[in-house]
Amino acid sequence: MRKIDVKLISGRSIEQGIQIENKMSSEYCDVAAVCELNEKDISKLGIKDQANVTIKSKFGDVVVRARTDNRNPPGIAFIPIGPWANAVIGPVTGGCGTPQFKGVDVEVMLTFDSVLSIKELLGVI
Amino acid sequence: MIITDVLCPFCGDLCDDIIVEVENNKIIEVKEACETGVSKMMGHERIAAPMIRENGKLRETTYEEAINKAAKILVNSLRPLIYGWGSTTCEADEKGIELAEKLGAIIDNTTSVCHAPSVLALQNVGLPSCTLGQIKNRADLIIYWGSNQAEAHPRHMSKYTSFSKGLFTKEGRKGKHVLVFDVRKTTTAEVADDFIQLDPGEDYRVLSALRMILAGGEDIVPSCVGGVPKEKLIEIVDRMKSSRFGVLFFGMGLTQSRGKPYNVANAISLVRELNAHTKFAVIPMRGHFNVTGFNQVCAWATGFAFAVDFARGQPWYNPGETSSVDVLNRGECDSALIIASDPAAHFPRKCVEHLKKIPLIQIDPCPGPTTELADVVIPVAITGIEVEGTAYRMDGVPLRLRKIIEPSHLSDEEILSRILDKVRELRGD
Repeated sequence: MRKIDVKLISGRSIEQGIQIENKMSSEYCDVAAVCELNEKDISKLGIKDQANVTIKSKFGDVVVRARTDNRNPPGIAFIPIGPWANAVIGPVTGGCGTPQFKGVDVEVMLTFDSVLSIKELLGVI
Repeated sequence: MIITDVLCPFCGDLCDDIIVEVENNKIIEVKEACETGVSKMMGHERIAAPMIRENGKLRETTYEEAINKAAKILVNSLRPLIYGWGSTTCEADEKGIELAEKLGAIIDNTTSVCHAPSVLALQNVGLPSCTLGQIKNRADLIIYWGSNQAEAHPRHMSKYTSFSKGLFTKEGRKGKHVLVFDVRKTTTAEVADDFIQLDPGEDYRVLSALRMILAGGEDIVPSCVGGVPKEKLIEIVDRMKSSRFGVLFFGMGLTQSRGKPYNVANAISLVRELNAHTKFAVIPMRGHFNVTGFNQVCAWATGFAFAVDFARGQPWYNPGETSSVDVLNRGECDSALIIASDPAAHFPRKCVEHLKKIPLIQIDPCPGPTTELADVVIPVAITGIEVEGTAYRMDGVPLRLRKIIEPSHLSDEEILSRILDKVRELRGD
């Protein structure tokens, strides 16, 4: 299975903001359980747009849907803030209280597993 | 009924020009707000009634039983954590701090996971700042650094910066230069005059290079810093120095990436030094509509802006020790009260693992991941729609949130008062 090493950035998206008070809905899952990658990285992975991928860091792993977005340069993956992104974020704050939500080393690889709903994700955490 | 000049209770811009149409105590239309504001004000699924978890399942109960249960959990804890406060009033914040003091608890707000590094930085180097109104009327150079406000604060550019017209900025967009520094070509970068793409984690180095060039030391700056050619950095410094009124807005791109408080201190220092050449200001892009208000209330009530531990009987502040993520990561707190935020969605996995293990109280209008883990769920009215009160805009300007419709639930402040009364009763105070 081909995999790539990238830096993960988690951050706000307008779609995620619109659904932020509607988190138990499938609409929220659709906009937050997504990983945006440059088409070159999608091509390196040998996957199609919208394929499910596993994101793995030293803090955990999670399945999300890959989406081509060339606003990210090659080597950068973007996942909207939320429980899916946070499944691979570490808790170390370096004495300031804030974890490193951006610039996290992760592996991305194709998977045939499904994206977990919020209830399922909270069950396995 | 049409209600004008409504404040939007979503982001730190606290837009104050919203028009809301109400019919039969229901909001039927929202005008002027952005998509996120409209979504919030039109409403989503609500928590109908208070709930208590029994045998693994939440069952509906009365406010009285839920409040009693919450108070018992808190009184029986050795190290309770009280966290949230991003989306409630300053009046509720004040009551929460009183509760934390009474319990000897840790009280912390969502600043902890967003602009805590900014608080640490401004405690070190200050914050040469101004109001959004001054920016609208005067700024001709707008810089966004690690901030995608086109998606996080969608009206920011049209109300206050790039596209606004003011007393001395009558030309609007034509008379302004907009610079965006980011690692991704965000929606904000797409509408900038100049997008400076940084290598990830290189913000500190680029800021240092700009400061060095400003100080006249360009000879020792390398040919490329953090992915930006030296010639470009020199051009940017020239533009900064020749602006009439510049402003640097920064977001999570600085506070949540490598360097965190040091990035912010470097950005503030750059702005401070630019004031030797022209007028320059810096403003952190604050997220939730009253995250700034908690910092204000907590600072005047305890001396510190967030992460305050009352275990010693007096306020103790030491981010890294008393901040929520650290407390949860160490598995230190033995209960938590969460209000007006959703840490089960927004905290790292290991913190959520601990939240699952301890008695958890949630006070919130809407169900979310934290509800799924909570042992006591107390629904409340929506602040800024069903409850009035004070909130602070991102630039530190206090504004009065309005009540648009009659509430179907009690307010955050009322719930906290009743928990506090019950805590006093249980302790025999």
